[in-house]
Amino acid sequence: MVGLGGVLLLFLVLPFVALLLDGGPDSIVRGLGCALTWPALRLSLGTSLISVALVILGGTPLAWWLAHSRWRSARWLEILLQLPVVIPPAVGGIALLLAFGRRGLFGEALERLGWTPAFSSVAVVMAQVFVSAPFYMQAAVQAFGRLDRNLLAVGRSLGASPPRLFFQIALPLARPWLIGGAAMTWARALGEFGATLMFAGNMTGKTQTLPLAIYTALELDIHTAQALSLLLVAFAFALLLFLRRFNRTPEVARRTALP
Amino acid sequence: MSEERVFRLSATVEAELGPFLLRVSLEVGAEPLALVGPNGSGKTSLLLAILGLLKAERGRIALGNDVLFDRESGIDRPTEERHLAYLPQDFGLFPHLTAVENVAFALACGPGRMNKRQRRDQAMAWLDRFGLGSLAKRNPTQLSGGERQRIALARALASSPRALLLDEPTASLDAEARASVRAFLAESIRSLRLPTIVVTHDIMDVEALAGRVAVLDKGQVAAWGLLADLRKTPPTPFAGKLFSSSTSVGKDAIADSATDGQFRHN
Repeated sequence: MVGLGGVLLLFLVLPFVALLLDGGPDSIVRGLGCALTWPALRLSLGTSLISVALVILGGTPLAWWLAHSRWRSARWLEILLQLPVVIPPAVGGIALLLAFGRRGLFGEALERLGWTPAFSSVAVVMAQVFVSAPFYMQAAVQAFGRLDRNLLAVGRSLGASPPRLFFQIALPLARPWLIGGAAMTWARALGEFGATLMFAGNMTGKTQTLPLAIYTALELDIHTAQALSLLLVAFAFALLLFLRRFNRTPEVARRTALP
Repeated sequence: MSEERVFRLSATVEAELGPFLLRVSLEVGAEPLALVGPNGSGKTSLLLAILGLLKAERGRIALGNDVLFDRESGIDRPTEERHLAYLPQDFGLFPHLTAVENVAFALACGPGRMNKRQRRDQAMAWLDRFGLGSLAKRNPTQLSGGERQRIALARALASSPRALLLDEPTASLDAEARASVRAFLAESIRSLRLPTIVVTHDIMDVEALAGRVAVLDKGQVAAWGLLADLRKTPPTPFAGKLFSSSTSVGKDAIADSATDGQFRHN
């Protein structure tokens, strides 16, 4: 049993060791100097941060509503919103293309308005929002759902209007989970590949995010791909550290969590 | 004597509660009302309906002449405009706020526009009035059950309520805290003279806090009256058990410790 566990552990760790050590530091530095790197990094950071902001902005009120809706369809909607997590990203890309592409269901109407999102930086954001929103949504719906109803009842009885209750009671109490969800969403958006390739394409400086740049670099030189990959690993690792650190501090959050 | 100065809270409520229909009509003045009944008899639901947090299909709820809810004329004031203080069983203190911030929250919702500093001063004054000033900066988790109950009451009163709805006010306390909180509540209720409904399972609460008792059974009032009368002829098996669970009023007064008596004679 222990042996099997050890094999799995080795299997999971060795690729990272290789990623870090193969070729040595010089080749990594050279790889980072590749012409693809900086445009991709800039685009990745810019689009993923916009995506996270959009997801938080739209997802927070939607999650609040879902968590408190007694409407039966809300439960179905919750399941539907989780779908992008379990479908292959490429399927998401095709779906986006069929919906908002030039020939898509709503593409023509959008084009008449003078807007063709497909194969633009906007499409990168759309693909990221599509695949990453469920992570935030799930965290937010759960966070709002596990809030003590008594607290909300008492708040109302003390004279607080629903918006006041939301901003001063619900939001602060749910914050640790919301931040955790936002971090996962950011990680997912940063790593988005399949849907972006299908719906936004792979154009340097315009739609080529880091994962797409890795794909392109692989055809040129594996050490460039390695260097770019390390960049993403570094981000992901920093994010995990942040989450661990963060999850240790919110004492209030743990106190209010229901068993 | 000064009964006419107290607005009466009258509530007629009909609401679907899954297993049965909640169908209650009651009126409370200066004399607090204890609401007793088995689990799931609709006690808490009735409080929530009065608060406007549970939708009543039919009925009318009013404070004096002020109608809070009237199905027929389509009046349904939102909870935050009803000015009814609600204390749930676990007191409902906001865990991310300190004691004084909890009280200040209630002040911020009130009609008078106060700035942050004024609210804090006023909240401190409320805590001092209840002898809780030293706990102002504590978080609810750093407080005992009894302290939390007192702060919750101070907070409720800071919102200038027109009636008091207490849900099992002593149930989540240990025996020791229970007696002193009960005495504290008894004195507060007596001096406030607000219409008060106390949902309870505890005969000692009934004796210490309430003048009248309503026995709820499957969503309906099975009996209503003075404790002494209901004791003689218990209306339901539950009431029989509850009322006989303590042998006599005299014994309880002793068991309830000297503090209770102190307040009574003040």
